Amino acid sequence: MSKIIQEIQKGRVLVSDGAWGTFLQKKGLKPGECPEEWNITRPDDVFDIAQSYIKAGSDMIETNSFGGNRFKLKGYGLEDQVFELNRIAAEISRKAAGPDHFVLGSIGPTGKLLMMDEVTEDELYEAFKEQSIALEDGGADAIVIETMTDLEEARIAVRAAKENTACEVICTMTFDKILSGEYRTMMGISPTEMTETLIVAGASIIGANCGNGIADMIGIVKEIRQVNATIPILIHANAGMPHYCDGETTFPETPADMAGRVKEITEAGANIIGGCCGTTPDHICEVHQVVKNL
Amino acid sequence: MNELLSKLSECIEFGKINLASPYPPQMKGQDGADEITRKALETGVNPQDILSKGLMPGMERIGIKFRENKVFVPQVLMSAKAMSIAMLHLKPHFLSGAAKQKGTFIIGTVLGDLHDIGKNLVGMMVEGNGYKVIDLGTDVSSEKFIAAVKENPNSVVGLSALLTTTMVNMEKITKDIKEAVPGTLVTIGGAPVNSDFCAKIGADNYSPDPQGLVEYLNIKS
Repeated sequence: MSKIIQEIQKGRVLVSDGAWGTFLQKKGLKPGECPEEWNITRPDDVFDIAQSYIKAGSDMIETNSFGGNRFKLKGYGLEDQVFELNRIAAEISRKAAGPDHFVLGSIGPTGKLLMMDEVTEDELYEAFKEQSIALEDGGADAIVIETMTDLEEARIAVRAAKENTACEVICTMTFDKILSGEYRTMMGISPTEMTETLIVAGASIIGANCGNGIADMIGIVKEIRQVNATIPILIHANAGMPHYCDGETTFPETPADMAGRVKEITEAGANIIGGCCGTTPDHICEVHQVVKNL
Repeated sequence: MNELLSKLSECIEFGKINLASPYPPQMKGQDGADEITRKALETGVNPQDILSKGLMPGMERIGIKFRENKVFVPQVLMSAKAMSIAMLHLKPHFLSGAAKQKGTFIIGTVLGDLHDIGKNLVGMMVEGNGYKVIDLGTDVSSEKFIAAVKENPNSVVGLSALLTTTMVNMEKITKDIKEAVPGTLVTIGGAPVNSDFCAKIGADNYSPDPQGLVEYLNIKS
């Protein structure tokens, strides 16, 4: 199978998948329940999510392993199952993806702050290494390090994945639009600052995920393109900011809203488009329809 | 004496922890919050003045800069670290009654949610603004919040959530607290919540940033 970047070099725009977390909730994941534990307790439901995105037209799907690092799993008393939960996460998505679609092993932040001495660089590296190796072992083609806000943690995660697996390494950070209209992560990192650091660390695809919706993503893509003309860019956009009504949270952006921005965001320089919180197979299906006709 | 206090505010504002700390670069080689607080106490500065004229103005300045997006989480955390060091020296004086805190603030991340970066940040900033802070940690149930309110009458309760899945638990916890101890003020915060949500669940206040919460507490306490 070719690599994702080879497909991009052919001039293709690729479609990634949509949300996992909010999809799991729809299937009954309770607050306080460990999402990754479902890889063992409810593998059919996890497989169903992966498969529904493949059916919707995704070229690549993620794995149910976003919080599968030893620090997060420790919160559920599952820290001795890090390898197994990640390996099985990748196996499930591999089964749904078959040989013709890519599997991106998902790695999220640890929730530990380096600058507050809650964790050392070596501890972070070891945790990301362990998770990356397990995801590759289960069949992941690439590792996607996502929702990062601290550039140092992101850099360590990219290095750990790059140095210990043969997978392509993708890294996306989460930006907010601040009062001045510029984009910054919670820790103050701009898309410009992120770009060079992640590439030097070993990422072959970079970008942004989560955030306030796809419209803001266009500005982020433009900023990355200004500082780097060639690095492939992946965008996983939220379906807007959540609304709360009668005990339920909903996301405002419809599949048509999202698909309506695809042309603009690819013209700005994005190479892979997918969704984050609140997006569904319907969103991905409409995005796929637009991408097909670009 | 006044000079010590204004220096202390500066240490808090810029996150200068102690002499050895290399951060921030422009204050390298200078005394930090640790040394200056000790010196102030040794030279007989009133502990109450150290809190209200040294720590609090510095904390307020960083809080405002954070709200205006002029600094980000790392700078605030360094300020909070500097403040915590100073508070260690002041603790005995709070216990003895020589210095008084403005009120008690109970904070926790709600049931089902294990995220604590925002909650810790808010707790430290509230403490730096002169309040006693009781941190109940993460994954906190109604029962735990209620027990803490009963132990600390007239305290204000802060609920934190990062996830869209756990923000819904704020509704039940708010209701439970108000049922168990009527009149208790509940304030909420976290990435997915807003003032609309606050009104819907019957909480008393939503602040988008720590400084907003401090201002709310200053009015209510």
